[in-house]
Amino acid sequence: MNSPVISVNNVSMMFNLSRDKVLGIKDYVVKALQRKLFYDEFWALKNISFEVQKGEVLGILGLNGSGKSTLLKIIAGVFKPTQGSVYVQGEIAPLLELGAGFDPEFSAKENVYFNGAMFGRSPLHMKAIYDEIIDFAELWEFEDVPIKNFSSGMSARLGFAVATCINPEVLILDEVLGVGDFLFKEKCEKRIAEMLSCGATVLLVSHAVDTIKSMCSRAILLKKGEMVHSGDVDEVCQVYEEGANI
Amino acid sequence: MTKKHYGTIALGLTVILSIPFFLYLPIEVAGQRPGNVPMLMLYAGFLAFTVAILFVFILILATKTDYVKGHIATLYRFRHLLFMMVKRDFVTRYRRSVLGILWSVLNPLLTMLVISMVFSLLFRADIPNFPLYVLSGQLIFNFFSESTSLAMTSVLGNGAVIKKAYIPKYIFPVSQVVSSLVNVLFSFIAFLIVFIATRETFSWTMLLVPLPILYTFVFALGFGMLLSSIMVFFRDIGYIYSVGITLWMFLSAIMYPVEILPPRIFHLIHFNPMFHYISYFRDLTLNGVVPGLWANIICIGFALAALCAGMYAMITQQDKYILYL
Repeated sequence: MNSPVISVNNVSMMFNLSRDKVLGIKDYVVKALQRKLFYDEFWALKNISFEVQKGEVLGILGLNGSGKSTLLKIIAGVFKPTQGSVYVQGEIAPLLELGAGFDPEFSAKENVYFNGAMFGRSPLHMKAIYDEIIDFAELWEFEDVPIKNFSSGMSARLGFAVATCINPEVLILDEVLGVGDFLFKEKCEKRIAEMLSCGATVLLVSHAVDTIKSMCSRAILLKKGEMVHSGDVDEVCQVYEEGANI
Repeated sequence: MTKKHYGTIALGLTVILSIPFFLYLPIEVAGQRPGNVPMLMLYAGFLAFTVAILFVFILILATKTDYVKGHIATLYRFRHLLFMMVKRDFVTRYRRSVLGILWSVLNPLLTMLVISMVFSLLFRADIPNFPLYVLSGQLIFNFFSESTSLAMTSVLGNGAVIKKAYIPKYIFPVSQVVSSLVNVLFSFIAFLIVFIATRETFSWTMLLVPLPILYTFVFALGFGMLLSSIMVFFRDIGYIYSVGITLWMFLSAIMYPVEILPPRIFHLIHFNPMFHYISYFRDLTLNGVVPGLWANIICIGFALAALCAGMYAMITQQDKYILYL
């Protein structure tokens, strides 16, 4: 009955750091002779396993470079894990970065429709919820302005508005709430609460422990690609803060 | 014996049995067949190849139902995105140009004018209605070269989006080829204008024109997907292809009659798929002839081969793209 919405099973992600360095034939041959070509491995994630139930808000904590974003990208389907598997039930709306998927040359209006199409929404459907999106983002004056002229706060608002107004079953937020002013932040939190009451599931990454504490019921802590702690949010936050102070 | 073996045996039998059947078709149905043995072997090879690919397609459709259904479901889900990308391509192409969409018609017309002027001054090609001959070759070849060149850089160019959201990667080359297809419809208007202006007589075979365009479309789609996949790992292909496409153009008998080629190259040109697509198009429009079964098999064979190669490259490699973008 209670099957998890997201289940992450033994996920590991390996990046080959030397891959980027091999640019020309000369480099390639030299490296191949030195047998250094495929040995510069970096494990960004090691054996991560957890489950998220429907209606839950899971916080993901960790210092810079601990693999939080990589984990979210794997769940969103952008990366394919080197080992292990991820299973997501329902539709995901990833907000991995502010204004991801927006084309800077196009107006806010065009980008809303385009972004909707990236989530598999028809133009007709987007037309129906268009007013709601622009209302939420408070961008009525700027709907015909190209995104390139937007401030980062404006495009963040628009991105958040589109991702939440299409009512996804799973919402992934990577450091998104930190950008807007406190009014917008409150609005976002209210919106997330609304979505949760409708049965959505949220994954939240933030460095702000307060945000995690106020919104999440459960959290996991990553350290250098390993999951060092998981459980009740207060407990995990405490471990995180203690670890950060050392 | 496993099920796999049954499939292989059935495939072999179909291929072998179909060859004599096609070889002894009357000439009215099959079309002109080459007289010499090597070319005949080539044709038979093509036939076997086409039948084999069709067979494998059907086999995959029949046995791996879930797999196929999954792909169709994703394609269906992203249909709006595909449509919007094509539309956006079209809008950006002529944004801020005064004549706008008219350029789609004017461009091939003007190029045709230049080529036919230069060629009728420099060389005396014995082709009736040389402008139309050039334009017909150009129409098909430009469609191919434009769509594949754009498709080639499409995955790489959309790296920013691929890094942030899950989108099936083939959407990018497909949208480029589809928007070139829209463009070719406008080029066809140019073709019709010259057709009427030079008082060429219409033949009912003109109605079959979508067929060679469809063949070229499938071929370009497969080739474009293959190129875009290679481009991610091996950027040099961009430079190689831009030279290659020029050579390819000169080997496709666009501006000269095939007959002027020396005999050795004349045989080789049969390996050039674009030559077949262009000839098909010219047969329908200029000569008022419906190409025979052989011509169709060759066209379909090349198109399916390219499509298979492109789909295979995309499906097996698309998870690795992100690491190289």
